[in-house]
Amino acid sequence: MIAIIDYGLGNLASVSNMIKRAGGKAVISNDPEILAEADKLILSGVGAFGVGMANLRELGLDTLIKGKVSSGVKILGICLGAQLLTDSSEESECDGLGLIPAKTIRFRLEHLGLKTPHMGWSNIHISQQSHPLIQSNQPNQRYYFVHSYYIKCSDIEDELCRCDYGSSFTAGIARGNIAGVQFHPEKSHIYGLHFFQNFLAW
Amino acid sequence: MARARIIPILTIDNGKLVKTVKFQKPNYLGDPINAIKIFNDKMIDEIVILDITASMQKRKPTLNLIYQMASECFSPLGYGGGINSFEDAKSVFEQGVEKIIINSAIQKNPSLLRDIADVYGSQSVVVSLDVKKTLFGKWRPCFNSGRNKTKQDVVSLARHLEKAGAGELIVHSIERDGTFCGLDRELTESIANSVGIPIIACGGASSVLDMTETVSATGASAAAAGSIFVYKDRNPKSILISYPTSKELLPFE
Repeated sequence: MIAIIDYGLGNLASVSNMIKRAGGKAVISNDPEILAEADKLILSGVGAFGVGMANLRELGLDTLIKGKVSSGVKILGICLGAQLLTDSSEESECDGLGLIPAKTIRFRLEHLGLKTPHMGWSNIHISQQSHPLIQSNQPNQRYYFVHSYYIKCSDIEDELCRCDYGSSFTAGIARGNIAGVQFHPEKSHIYGLHFFQNFLAW
Repeated sequence: MARARIIPILTIDNGKLVKTVKFQKPNYLGDPINAIKIFNDKMIDEIVILDITASMQKRKPTLNLIYQMASECFSPLGYGGGINSFEDAKSVFEQGVEKIIINSAIQKNPSLLRDIADVYGSQSVVVSLDVKKTLFGKWRPCFNSGRNKTKQDVVSLARHLEKAGAGELIVHSIERDGTFCGLDRELTESIANSVGIPIIACGGASSVLDMTETVSATGASAAAAGSIFVYKDRNPKSILISYPTSKELLPFE
């Protein structure tokens, strides 16, 4: 069972809608008993890092997620959900879930005349060529982005893909059963559909 | 780099897809869910849906219709119309909408933008800044589907909205709506130069080229249009949903 973790932030209906379109089924829940049964987890969402962590803690879901992931369950973070997998964010004082050694950093692009957030469609460049989530045989993969912060990995080996906005930044991370993407595959037409088909097969 | 977003803007009146001229004379086009399906198949960058009579008729957002539209849309979706409280916004987000669009409510509920931005992030909060030009050439913001004109300066209002929590502004020229006379570049530029948040130019687009040129000339991040994407040959009797292919948009990357 795929469970989309409901921690009160963001657009979870569109994630389950795209999974349905990709031929799968997902439940949206914050019930620890239901989440405990899941064999894949999705942590999606938009909004503030601090609010996201506080909501997870309040629902007791931070320890649940860490436990599930250490038992080998696969987790996919999307947008803020990917950032929450990291150790910390410049957006908030609190610690992240710390599932992947990385920090979340704010874009500083004013000197280039670029606006924050980075909002719109961008091509990605694949770093982990053989990762099952992003298949390198599909050229020109374009995804919808909207974010003011990005992830910086401590170990570049954990980088799944990159993107350019002002300069090149990490657009996806992956290590073992953990993955996160800064873009919104659930809102990225056929590119996102393929991504979720890969996720179902992951 | 992200290409300028080209956004179809659909207007809805009591569940029906319509297109206005200068925010008036709604022309019936058909079923909005079907239109969304067609636009989605054309791989639009993003879409905006405005319920243009909700505030006027003091109606809440029609959640069932919003859910059906969102379920057919695999691109970012903005919705506006009848959102007056945090609870209204929350209920719209829960249907699968990324961005909520506010206009009339900013007059009645000054903390609304901040309240929504604090939970959902400011990138989810868009204000439609509907603007009319006076006889003396001054731009004045309007509310309630263009019916209530204020005496505020439009640039100072834009700056205020950015501080108040808006993450994006649709700068919508009322007198150009549905006229094909070209986007108002002067208006768009004066606002884009005054705020740090993305601007969507809207109202009167004559072609996709007009949209991409307006974006590069004004510092806007996106342009939106209704008529050119729903009418064939600018003829209100000839309804045809169209959108440029990604190949056609390639030169504007």
